[in-house]
Amino acid sequence: MLIDLVRTLITKKRTAAIMSMTDVELPVLTAKDFASDQEIRWCPRCGDYSILAQMKKVLPTLGIPRENIVFVSGIGCSSRFPYYMNTYGFHSIHGRAPAIATGLKVARPELQVWVITGDGDALSIGGNHFMHAIRRNVDLKIILFNNQIYGLTKGQYSPTSPLGKRTKSSPLGSVDYPLSPLSVAIGSEATFVARSVDVDIKHLTMVLERAAAHKGTAFVEVYQDCNVFNSGAFEFASKKDEKVENCIYLENGKPLIFGANRDKGIRLNGKGELEVVGLDEVKEDDLLFHDETSKEPAHAFKLARMRWPEMPEPMGVFRDIKKPTYDAAVQQQMEDATAKNGGGDLEALFNSGDTWEVK
Amino acid sequence: MSTVDTAEAQEKELQEVESVVIRFCGDSGDGMQLAGTQFTNVSAVFGNDVSTLPDFPAEIRAPAGSLAGVSGFQLCFSSSEVFTPGDEVDTLVAMNPAALKTNLRDLKRGGTLIVNEDAFDKANLQKAHYGTNPLEDGDALAAYRVHKVPMTRLTRDSVEGLGLTQREADRCKNIFALGLVYWLYDRDATPTEEWLTSKFSKHPSIAEANLRALKAGQNYGFSTESFTVHYEVGPAALPAGRYRKMTGNEALAFGLATAARLANTELFFGGYPITPASDILHELSKLKHFGVKTFQAEDEIAAITSVIGAAFGGALSVTASSGPGIALKGEGIGLAVMTELPLVIINVQRGGPSTGLPTKTEQSDLFLSYFGRNGDCPLVLLAAQSPADCFDMAQEALRLAVNHMTPVFLLTDGYIANGAEPWPIPNVEDLKPIKVVHPTEPNANGDGYLPYLRDENLVRPWAIPGTPGLEHRLGGIEKSDGTGNVDYDPKNHQHMVETRQRKIDLIANDIPEQTVFGPESGELLVVSWGGTYGAVRTAVDRSIKAGKSVAHCHIRYISPFPRNLQEVFGNYKKILIPELNMGQLRLIIRGKYLVDAKGFNKIQGKPFLVSELTTKIDEMLS
Ligand SMILES: Cc1ncc(C[n+]2csc(CCOP(=O)(O)OP(=O)(O)O)c2C)c(N)n1
Ligand code: SF4
Ligand SMILES: [Mg+2]
Repeated sequence: MLIDLVRTLITKKRTAAIMSMTDVELPVLTAKDFASDQEIRWCPRCGDYSILAQMKKVLPTLGIPRENIVFVSGIGCSSRFPYYMNTYGFHSIHGRAPAIATGLKVARPELQVWVITGDGDALSIGGNHFMHAIRRNVDLKIILFNNQIYGLTKGQYSPTSPLGKRTKSSPLGSVDYPLSPLSVAIGSEATFVARSVDVDIKHLTMVLERAAAHKGTAFVEVYQDCNVFNSGAFEFASKKDEKVENCIYLENGKPLIFGANRDKGIRLNGKGELEVVGLDEVKEDDLLFHDETSKEPAHAFKLARMRWPEMPEPMGVFRDIKKPTYDAAVQQQMEDATAKNGGGDLEALFNSGDTWEVK
Repeated sequence: MSTVDTAEAQEKELQEVESVVIRFCGDSGDGMQLAGTQFTNVSAVFGNDVSTLPDFPAEIRAPAGSLAGVSGFQLCFSSSEVFTPGDEVDTLVAMNPAALKTNLRDLKRGGTLIVNEDAFDKANLQKAHYGTNPLEDGDALAAYRVHKVPMTRLTRDSVEGLGLTQREADRCKNIFALGLVYWLYDRDATPTEEWLTSKFSKHPSIAEANLRALKAGQNYGFSTESFTVHYEVGPAALPAGRYRKMTGNEALAFGLATAARLANTELFFGGYPITPASDILHELSKLKHFGVKTFQAEDEIAAITSVIGAAFGGALSVTASSGPGIALKGEGIGLAVMTELPLVIINVQRGGPSTGLPTKTEQSDLFLSYFGRNGDCPLVLLAAQSPADCFDMAQEALRLAVNHMTPVFLLTDGYIANGAEPWPIPNVEDLKPIKVVHPTEPNANGDGYLPYLRDENLVRPWAIPGTPGLEHRLGGIEKSDGTGNVDYDPKNHQHMVETRQRKIDLIANDIPEQTVFGPESGELLVVSWGGTYGAVRTAVDRSIKAGKSVAHCHIRYISPFPRNLQEVFGNYKKILIPELNMGQLRLIIRGKYLVDAKGFNKIQGKPFLVSELTTKIDEMLS
């Protein structure tokens, strides 16, 4: 009888959410409605500003009521992000945002939950939670601001800093081999993997929209300029004239072509390696074609291994496949158990097991 | 148990005794837990008060016959109220030399020792590091009434003709031993017979074999000359009603599911397996149809933080672990204190430090739970006193968490978690509802929402995502009262640290006053907390009956303490605080109340014996 009440309550909550999404006059929101009243405290010309601006533009287009959107972050410059959004938000502790977000999403599957994290936050201290959130395919949007540095602690090398990087904690050059966030995500069976660049406004907007539309963990790496401690690290991918030579903009079902004159492409050679070829020698049909939906992660993984300057770096959606989400599976088990056993009768529970009567 | 005259009579004598302690011990594979559980059930159904304590080896598969592989199950059944599984063992059943070696020291002088003599071969004696066979050494066991029973052979004989393999036949030995002890204590075996029949309903020959072994055991006691007398323990005068056997971990799971139901909401449990807390996760994961969501996290950090996320979302949120896992949760708990979110952290204490004694009990995580975070980081801390009490305390912990917007620690220990006692099944209608409020309207002038606008108890509101107009941000950075906005101002920090403490202190008005058992004033007050309740209560009871001026104060609310605690302390000349640690509660009490409390500290992975406590009480009074 009580469980019925709970169910009605839950259903009511859901209906309310759905109603506000459809028939009730949904106020038309703009980027401004998503800005909080807090003063933004990032350094001047930090790449985080641009990402924040694109996010504020994308959210009003999703048709999701503002109150159903939550931003969860860890610790780092990037993790200040939720304070600047007028949604629900949680600035938590270093590395743990994916776990907090998992708990929230499992408890409240109707919410759209975004995780904002940094390269240190996600891949050093939080590597474990990052990997497990992804492999469970919890319906979270994880946006990793990769500036290849620890910004907040003032400039130590991070797990994505290139070998040899001179920083405060590596004055002679870092001897740590870096990892690729995309490779880690794909290796963790990610169902959506993408990359973009902070100042590439249109591209970033497209990638964020795609991530928002994905059901399951959507992982997006954003190359983000730390203007103070690692300035210019991604110029190869952000400078107007250079980026087209250094990057490949992925399009599903299309061959991998790049260059200002679109005269170069990527081919899989006989040894199973990717190589750059000129389109004067090789036909388009012989190039590698991009397939986001490839069942095997090998295709996306190969693309993730392409690193500038040896290769042009792919930008866009690497992988986008369908797979039931963790939160939906948990919900399903709850519903199945309730259908099978009824809505949980306390009296029956208390009287289960070894019981006896004292007269 | 009274001493027995050597009765020559043919007709076996039946003696009445008040209370008996039995321990079954043998190899991990010998089925000792099962034998103990069956004996307990049969006694409970008969109407005795019971208390049990299993004792598992730390290794899952220690070599057969080795000292490390010995598993035991102790139970006390009585015609009066019991609070502990007993100090000294009246009857010890030892299935092999290793079990005899590790358990004999707990058998009382003159006690009954039943051994499977077939297991005392050269190989097993060697594994138990016996130079000579103790069964053949007249002196070794002279202090006990020894019954050497060829259990292996008799069990095999009893199941002959059923087509069992020798291995299958030998697995019925524990049931033979159980049958023998049933005869010894004049138990009605019907519940066990029914249980065996239903458990092996798909394997009729195994069922039949076990039934025959049970009978063979009973017959052995009845017909051999080895046993001349058997005993009877009358039913206890327990209040009438229905009872259920409860372990502490089961009671926690039941209590949590019940609290969620009483609050009309869902329960979210995030945990990572660890002995002796895992059973809470196991039990709760069976209760999905009660609106219980369980999440097996990747580690304890994810467990606590997932629970924080769920609490932000409005769920009743709980995590459970033991020492090493609680250590990992520290930073997360600090975040919950800072964001003032309601959740419960259960700490089923075990022996430490580090991996310590994973399967043994201890009370040494009080400091860890009370203080184990960076910053001045107060929270509510409760401690359950017995297996059945876990049911009430689970609800109480969740009630205080949601009504005061604070994390609550609930401490139990390995002894309570695995021990069992009769639980009077409550009426569902009598359970108190838990009030949960999620605001839906702005609380500030204009149309704003202030997440840290406090009520008269300094409690902030619990608005949850999905509520239009109440969008707000929480975080671990110091914040302004009211708005919750980031604020590094020095005076604000002092204000916030003091406010968080004051909020916890005010909870003293929402918890019961401290009561004492025994005289309201006198010479000595024995103060205890947690799982030592039963032993201390029994010891004080005995001392009072022996005419001593002593009372018992058992504290279930440790942060904040009950508001009258200081007054209680003032009524006695001396204070003794026995603990299964180096004196953690004592240090807190001395610091808070400036009383000269004396300690009595045992750190052996074992509960207190009543006799140890009465001796200490006598010493304090002399
Ligand atoms: C448990 C813990 N350890 C260390 C720190 C210090 N710390 C704060 S942010 C940070 C690194 C942040 O780097 P990243 O995640 O790349 O974020 P960015 O500042 O570059 O955006 C560290 C080490 C902390 N806050 N908590
Ligand atoms: S330190 Fe770097 S990452 Fe941090 S705010 Fe400044 S520019 Fe941005
Ligand atoms: Mg960084």
